[in-house]
Amino acid sequence: MSLDAHLVVRRGDFTLDVRLTADPGEVVALLGPNGAGKTTALRAIAGLRGLDDGHVVVGGETLDDGHRRFVAPERRHIGVVFQQYLLFPHLSAIDNVAFGPRCRGASTAQARAVARDWLQRVGLAEHGRKKPRQLSGGQAQRVALARALATGPRLLLLDEPLAALDARTRLETRAHLRGHLSGHPGATILVTHDPLDAMMLADRLIVVEDGRVVQAADAATLTSRPRTDYVARLVGLNLYRGRADGTAVRLPGGFTLRVGTPHRGEVFVAFPPSAVALFAEQPAGSPRNTWPATVTSVARHGDALRIELSGPVVVAADVTAAAAVQLRLEPGRAVWAAVKATETDAYPAGAAGPQLP
Amino acid sequence: MPAVAGLTFLVLPLLGLLVRAPWATLPRRLAEPAVLAALRLSLTTATLATVLCLVFGVPLAWLLARGSFPGRRLVRALVTVPMVLPPVVGGVALLLVFGRRGLVGGPLDAAFGVSLPFTTAGVVVAEAFVAMPFLVISVQGALRAADTRYEEAAATLGAGRWTVFRRVTLPMVAPGVAAGAVLCWARALGEFGATITFAGNFPGRTQTMPLAVYLALEQDVDAAIVLSLVLLTVSVAILAGLRDRWLGGAG
Repeated sequence: MSLDAHLVVRRGDFTLDVRLTADPGEVVALLGPNGAGKTTALRAIAGLRGLDDGHVVVGGETLDDGHRRFVAPERRHIGVVFQQYLLFPHLSAIDNVAFGPRCRGASTAQARAVARDWLQRVGLAEHGRKKPRQLSGGQAQRVALARALATGPRLLLLDEPLAALDARTRLETRAHLRGHLSGHPGATILVTHDPLDAMMLADRLIVVEDGRVVQAADAATLTSRPRTDYVARLVGLNLYRGRADGTAVRLPGGFTLRVGTPHRGEVFVAFPPSAVALFAEQPAGSPRNTWPATVTSVARHGDALRIELSGPVVVAADVTAAAAVQLRLEPGRAVWAAVKATETDAYPAGAAGPQLP
Repeated sequence: MPAVAGLTFLVLPLLGLLVRAPWATLPRRLAEPAVLAALRLSLTTATLATVLCLVFGVPLAWLLARGSFPGRRLVRALVTVPMVLPPVVGGVALLLVFGRRGLVGGPLDAAFGVSLPFTTAGVVVAEAFVAMPFLVISVQGALRAADTRYEEAAATLGAGRWTVFRRVTLPMVAPGVAAGAVLCWARALGEFGATITFAGNFPGRTQTMPLAVYLALEQDVDAAIVLSLVLLTVSVAILAGLRDRWLGGAG
């Protein structure tokens, strides 16, 4: 079923104010740094926390209107996979999965049959008798998923489903999870701070920072046209905001960047670190942006070296090891940075983005 | 040195009990009907008192740990009063409330002809009164330490309050409940002051082991020692049973 939510939760001087919709079968990721309010949003949808304002509507039924109407979590039929899975430690894997069907009125035998079926589907048929502490992280995650899905929820909520796993298990479990999410007929809301998880698992991404939606987009748009520093850092882009007048974009510090396409008004300018070239002397000719910069740090980044530079614009550049040696790049070294106008991407800032509050 | 003195002070009386014990006549004395009757009565009443404490104490502990109501701190303090109150005072208080002319005892007697003082039921009430705080505090501590997120997880799976309590909360605090029950039982077994005041000292009916020890001491010291040894054995057995939980620091 579909979800239509406007979540307003006040907690001390923090206010969460997020609009969120998801169609049946759609997977929507709430992406954001820790403390952005993602988990609070999930808890509000699940009914573990009441709304101060707004609404939660699932499949046309109002579950919370912030005032008079509040449906208790046990009556919402919303499945939740918690961050630490929260498998009941005193129950075996199969009894954990059978817990939901049992609460929904199935007999012990029926509930067990459903649980057995779900354990089979997540590939853990052999592990039903085990207690949660005997399961590996990846197995516990799958049991938690089976437990949430075994009740046939109208909506599935996942809170950092892969955060507790090591890198290798994560890869495996992510692929496995994707398979199950595509099979879930209802809407799915996924909360994560990991852009890779979000992009691999979700159809649509909603970036939340400090309780507000700052960007809502599909993975391709998000990675090429970030709208906040947080997203730009996540996807590894240099991002600037300034005022465009034709192909000249004036940044707040006074520096002017030349971009490939003309714009007018507030714009973002983004380009990858690989688009930044470094020179020992000021390069001559060609319509490119050049400026003197000072190296602040040098670090390995995949096959290249990631150079952080200060100057009129703070920028990250990726160079080959050979170039780094030739230019004697080390913290404190003065160089010239250059970016071709055609390698930058400029796009309107302000209220142009979809679903910006 | 003070530490050694302290240890000696605690252990010496127990050793004295063992040294003075009439080992030769021990089996015969243990088999005496009066001893067996007192022992049986003690075990029965302490167990019944513990059951009573579990039935009323666990919900009370839950309320104190999870409920939010005005004056919760005061109620919490009130619950522990029987722990610090001299048991004799507790007995007197029980007598005033449940006595034939008491606040509750009067109507109870008039309506049902039920009278608690100086009956076996009275012993159970006196023991439960004194021992209940031990259970409540233990269970309350376990409930407060328990991770409530598991209860939330259960709620999202469709479990109502009672199901959550029965199938998630209670199993998770079971060690705390067990420890509290054992402590409660031990306290009930050794209860003297409130019992003798409220229930009297009638052999076979209200004369529990501690009362029998006290009475025997005036007539036959060896009998008192034998009875004491029995209680000591039971206590040590409990301590051994709880060793892993408490001395191991797990509880």
